[in-house]
Amino acid sequence: MRRLLPGWVKWPQLDVPLLAGLLLLMGFGLFVLYSASGGSMDTVYRQGTRMAVGLVALLVLSQVPPHILRIWTPWLFVAGVVLLLATWLFGTGRSTNRWLDLGFIRFQPSEIMKLAVPMMMAWYLHPRRLPPDAASILVLVLILAVPAALIARQPDLGTALLVAVSGCFVLFLSGLQWRVILGLAGLAAAAAPALWYVMHDYQRQRVLTFLDPESDPLGSGWNIIQSKIAVGSGGLLGKGWLNGTQSRLEFIPERHTDFILAVLSEEFGLIGVIFLFAIYLFIAGRGLYIATLARFTYARLLAGSLSLTFFVYVLVNAGMVSGLLPVVGVPLPLVSYGGTSIVTLLAGFGILMSIYGHRNFIR
Amino acid sequence: MKLRELTSPVTGQPIKDQVLEGRQFSDRATVAFLVILVITFILGLRYIYLQVINYEEFSTRSASNRVQIVPVAPNRGLIYDRRGRPVAENNPAYRLEIVPEKVDDLQGVIGSLGQIIELPEDTLEKFERNRKRYRVFDSVPLKFNLKEEEVARFSVDRHRYNGVEVVPYLARYYPYGELLTHVLGYVGRLDVDDLNRVDPGNYRGTTHIGKSGVERYYEDELHGASGVEKIETNAQGRTLKVLEREAPVHGDDLILSLDVQVQQAAWDALGDRPGAVVAIDPNDGSVLAMVSKPAFDSNLFVHGISGKDYQDILDAPGRPLFNRALLGGYEPGSTIKPFIGLAGLELEVISVEDQVFSSGRYYLPGQSRPYRDWKRGGHGWVNISSALEQSANTFFYQLALDLGIDRIHDFLDQFGFGTRTGIDLLGENAGILPSRSWKRGQFGQPWYPGETVIAGIGQGFNVVTPLQLANALATFANGGTRYMPRLLYASKHAGNEQAVKAQAPVVQQVPVIDDANWAIIREGMRLVVHGEKGTARAIKPESGREMAGKSGTAQVAEQAEDEDMDESTASHLRHHALFIAYAPFRQPSIVVATVVEHGGGGSREAAPVTRAVIDAWLDQESGQ
Repeated sequence: MRRLLPGWVKWPQLDVPLLAGLLLLMGFGLFVLYSASGGSMDTVYRQGTRMAVGLVALLVLSQVPPHILRIWTPWLFVAGVVLLLATWLFGTGRSTNRWLDLGFIRFQPSEIMKLAVPMMMAWYLHPRRLPPDAASILVLVLILAVPAALIARQPDLGTALLVAVSGCFVLFLSGLQWRVILGLAGLAAAAAPALWYVMHDYQRQRVLTFLDPESDPLGSGWNIIQSKIAVGSGGLLGKGWLNGTQSRLEFIPERHTDFILAVLSEEFGLIGVIFLFAIYLFIAGRGLYIATLARFTYARLLAGSLSLTFFVYVLVNAGMVSGLLPVVGVPLPLVSYGGTSIVTLLAGFGILMSIYGHRNFIR
Repeated sequence: MKLRELTSPVTGQPIKDQVLEGRQFSDRATVAFLVILVITFILGLRYIYLQVINYEEFSTRSASNRVQIVPVAPNRGLIYDRRGRPVAENNPAYRLEIVPEKVDDLQGVIGSLGQIIELPEDTLEKFERNRKRYRVFDSVPLKFNLKEEEVARFSVDRHRYNGVEVVPYLARYYPYGELLTHVLGYVGRLDVDDLNRVDPGNYRGTTHIGKSGVERYYEDELHGASGVEKIETNAQGRTLKVLEREAPVHGDDLILSLDVQVQQAAWDALGDRPGAVVAIDPNDGSVLAMVSKPAFDSNLFVHGISGKDYQDILDAPGRPLFNRALLGGYEPGSTIKPFIGLAGLELEVISVEDQVFSSGRYYLPGQSRPYRDWKRGGHGWVNISSALEQSANTFFYQLALDLGIDRIHDFLDQFGFGTRTGIDLLGENAGILPSRSWKRGQFGQPWYPGETVIAGIGQGFNVVTPLQLANALATFANGGTRYMPRLLYASKHAGNEQAVKAQAPVVQQVPVIDDANWAIIREGMRLVVHGEKGTARAIKPESGREMAGKSGTAQVAEQAEDEDMDESTASHLRHHALFIAYAPFRQPSIVVATVVEHGGGGSREAAPVTRAVIDAWLDQESGQ
């Protein structure tokens, strides 16, 4: 069988612990989704289908050697930027121009950028000596800032920040000197107030609501308050699967998408939350470990950035659900109901699998 | 390391050292993982804070989220007359309610509702005012007593009105309308002021409260105790199931001592004349009839009276809102004579043999002002009996003077003159029973003998209410037991089979010094109706029924108040006609006091009304 395939295919070269972690997470996710959707098997099937599609993407990508990916990277990046520009011109979707309708499929080009930006930065750094010099840093910042700005304009501040964060991880992992990191961080902090002026009203409202949710408990504060009530009332052991009153009586908003963690916390309690965090930590840690196994810059930086970004999703979502962070539309990775995000995430893990599988290659 | 310095021999560029970079990367990856661990730990602390430390609070909030406590209003008690005729009923009706929180554009929704349901301006004003006592997520009544076609129209369009509902309820209805208005009073929309006099918690589901009359006095009994339903609702407020229910305790049914038939007789007998009739059973102080005319239809107030209807009532002649029986202050006139006479006998100022010559004019020694008898030329020689029979003023002028105002005051005080009877209605007028100290306190003036003279015939400062007069006579008729008159005859607590009889409290026992004295006065009063010269001999019953009575005339010449602008001046200057009576003579079961405003002579105008009331009662008692 191996003879029938091209020589570069290592079959099967999957990292079993990582795959086990992902499957465990998705299984648990479906379990919670069943409850969060009010016992709708339909929703679970649809989510399962997406996961299957994502797993296929994972398998396919795991067979594409990193150096091939590296060659495609600029094209993917350029295509992503073009598509982002296209949303500007031909975008569809409720009040925001996030979606691109290609007739047979609707998707968010910003999802591509979650992969394309770290890939492009890793591509750029690959032939260069690390840590990058000032000129390189400038180029890298541009690679990061242009798509992020385009996504922020859509407006989708959450995704824009996550894309930017994934780029920052590349910079960080590239061995940027600490003083440069501190300098850039200082610059970002100084620029933060300016962000307020470019924000849309609804985004400002979210920040204000985050600062004082009780000021409008039935309006904009509702999400945060109800979510916190759900989490807190779950207690140590939870109310039990399918027994969360906050979710079943529809007090938690977006309970099968962005706020699914509130449902999980309510029904499975602190124990469930810790279990979930442990899986996520394991997956991210395993990803970082795979990154250290890689033998060349592109693979290392990409694998590291993807693993860290993956966990940032978790932190942002968990922070939002527990009222530590403002409400931004960041799903709980691989658990929240939603198509594009699952496929992109699993595609990202496909890249990790490929890097693992081809760890002994030096190109 | 030296390796770092290596440059490519081809490009001159530094050569990448993958080993070094790999090590560097591993360091950074380790740092990153440690940071992640720390942040996760902080996040974990947050979840511990929410789920363990603040578990109690959030658990409570979660429970209160889903469980709503909804008040269940008790049914208002029904009211019957003493013979079991319902006089205040609860009829099924529909009202329109809005939950303001669920309606985005309240004004717009109300505007569009106005096209299918009539919403007058004052209804909307009342709604706005009432909203204050509700919380945003409570249902606020907008309009009561919807018409059937309005309910039908709304049902068709219901889906368009989220947060608006038609709610069935029990509406108060007074089948006898204006006949019983002044006694029953009415219920009206509960407003913010009403909440000061009740327990707001018990009224959360209640929309109407007794505003006047019996409805107000017995509010607590009629209202009952609010129940509670614990219901589970979803985030949209839709009820999913009732978790617990504590049934309301419905209000007590009240049985009044009133007899609608007697009331009707008094009402009819008064005709179009403004006036009042009060009938009391002297044996237990229960009120058999209480009429004040003109009146108004209390049903108008139940659903919120419109501005126009209210103005009509205010503008109507004779002040229909004014309860004359309870609040009307009249000079007692000659109706006070039996009490003055009894004072004279009991205090041994006169005896039955004592006679006074009535010449038609009476003078105080050394004064030229004449005090007249009503009959020109006087009544000749009269004793206490014939003086009562013919209502001879001279006899009582002399007697009053002999008694002195303070002894008159003290004696009449025992019969309740000048004090509130304490009937179970609010706002009673106390009347005035003058004395030296009263006058000094009121005007800072000394008492003049002339004032004593006219006090003997119930003029001057004396003011009584029809109720007071009836109760004083009841006290006399039953031999001295002064009850606090009661409208409540019995009440039936919700769930109880048997009604519990109410007992009128005894305020005072008037001491009987000599029973013969009381008999003398009784006989005098009997002669008023049955005597040959009796002032009310015209109403002497043919049937052989015996009764005792006394006429009176209250002067209005000094009255400044113009009540009846349309009526001729002559009519409005005419005196008020008064008559008091009790029957049967031997075993009194009814006492009646009647006032016919501007009726002129008491015997002519008020006596026939009194007789009609007595007949209605005695006919019923004897089963005719």
